[in-house]
Amino acid sequence: MINNLCYISGEKNKKMNKEQTIIELKAIIKPYIANNEAFENLTEETDFIADLKINSANLVDVVLDIEEKYNIIIDNESMEKMLTVKAAMAIIEEKLAARD
Amino acid sequence: MKKRVVITGLGVVAPNGVGLDEFTNAIKNGISGIKHDTKLERLQFSCQIAGTPSVSPELALQYFTELELRNFNSSGILYGVIAGIEAWKNAGLPMENNENPDWESGTIFGTGTSGIDKFRESIYKIDDLQTRRLGSTAVAQTMNSGVSAYLGGKLGLGNQVTTNSSACTTGTEAILMAFERIKTGKAKRMLAGSTSDSGPYIWGGFDAMKVCTFKHNQDPEAGSRPLSATASGFVPGSGAGALVLEDLESALARGATIYGEILGGSCNSGGQRGTGTMTAPNAIAVQKCIVDALEDAKVAANDIDLINGHLTATSKDSLEIENWTKALNRKGNDFPLINSLKGMVGHCLSAAGSIESVATVLQLHEGFVFPNLNCADLHPEITDLIDEEKIPRTKLEKNMQYAIKASFGFGDVNACIVFKKYE
Repeated sequence: MINNLCYISGEKNKKMNKEQTIIELKAIIKPYIANNEAFENLTEETDFIADLKINSANLVDVVLDIEEKYNIIIDNESMEKMLTVKAAMAIIEEKLAARD
Repeated sequence: MKKRVVITGLGVVAPNGVGLDEFTNAIKNGISGIKHDTKLERLQFSCQIAGTPSVSPELALQYFTELELRNFNSSGILYGVIAGIEAWKNAGLPMENNENPDWESGTIFGTGTSGIDKFRESIYKIDDLQTRRLGSTAVAQTMNSGVSAYLGGKLGLGNQVTTNSSACTTGTEAILMAFERIKTGKAKRMLAGSTSDSGPYIWGGFDAMKVCTFKHNQDPEAGSRPLSATASGFVPGSGAGALVLEDLESALARGATIYGEILGGSCNSGGQRGTGTMTAPNAIAVQKCIVDALEDAKVAANDIDLINGHLTATSKDSLEIENWTKALNRKGNDFPLINSLKGMVGHCLSAAGSIESVATVLQLHEGFVFPNLNCADLHPEITDLIDEEKIPRTKLEKNMQYAIKASFGFGDVNACIVFKKYE
């Protein structure tokens, strides 16, 4: 189902998907954040722990929620790098591309 | 100098009442919390009735955040946290988010198992090669000290935060351990209590041992029959009880309500010698535990007004009564009043001692004796030892000074506490 959508949407819509991804990411991380202001002003540079004050133990839960949402598997090496919104988006994109 | 230790807060999650008001009303009116359990029936247990507290998702949200409740599957921690926080608030103590913890306050909150359903869920995931999907709270929910760890964080406790475990004496032992800590000046206040998980995975082992009744699957409320000639095994239960113990000076300085005083107590073991085994008590040790508790409290056996027994509704009830008569050297018409909460809630296992201690303190504080349920037909071995009227079957209004509570557990372990009304 998702494969078909990607196939139809093509290159142009991938850019739009980036904004969409941020919205989806925000929904995923919302339950874990302890700094509302940083969350409201979230950008690609936002750091999960330093800015959003997510408990480091909860990062594995964020990763599991992302995996479920996008139907991807995030390996240990990628997980280690996933500390900012930007890194998370890059990894999601990479894993989606690898899957497709 | 030894400190006097008083009780300034109570909290409870019991099969017949969640929260102090509901529970007090239930024990005064002899309301049973024993119900038919469809899960136990489906799993073809011999005993298909149980005492399980009713905690709604809305109530849980008053004590846990939504995030904490995600993938949460530990009934013991749920009950323990609710009872513990209720006791804390009942004591008039604040829940603040300060920079530093409260160094003078700690908790000893016991349990037998933690998050047994979460543990089962985790085991299935691990065997399915899904270890990475356990999430971040599998450890906190299944470590034995999970309940004290959750409470310690919610209350910001900076003194000792630990969990004890000694089967069915766990709750009574927790109170005594907390008492000692305050008495010796190591803490100003301690949240003492215990909890127990619910469900087939905690109760199954007892069902297999045939120590639970299988005769009352159709009439659950008549199933738990302590002291009765037709007692046929205990009814499994669960829940949590909690007491805030406090140094008397601190309680007076705060102007706290004082529910009662702990004068002393004793913990011992029969060493599985003599008549004692893994599952049966050494009668000499039980009697010694009671005698030592009185000595520690400096209270004469003749002054005891009320006994809250362990009395589970197995064949051991007569032996327990015999042990009390010997330890107190009182029998017949000279025996104190005695009751067992288990007729209403079943045997709440590791939570039993704390829930029953809450009930004992309430009786002293408010001046009543709750009724013994399901023992219209008292066991003849018991009536040979003590007068029938010492086992009230209806609620009594009575001003009392001294109450004694004992719990006995697998491993041949015993604990006994002497409470006094505070005036």
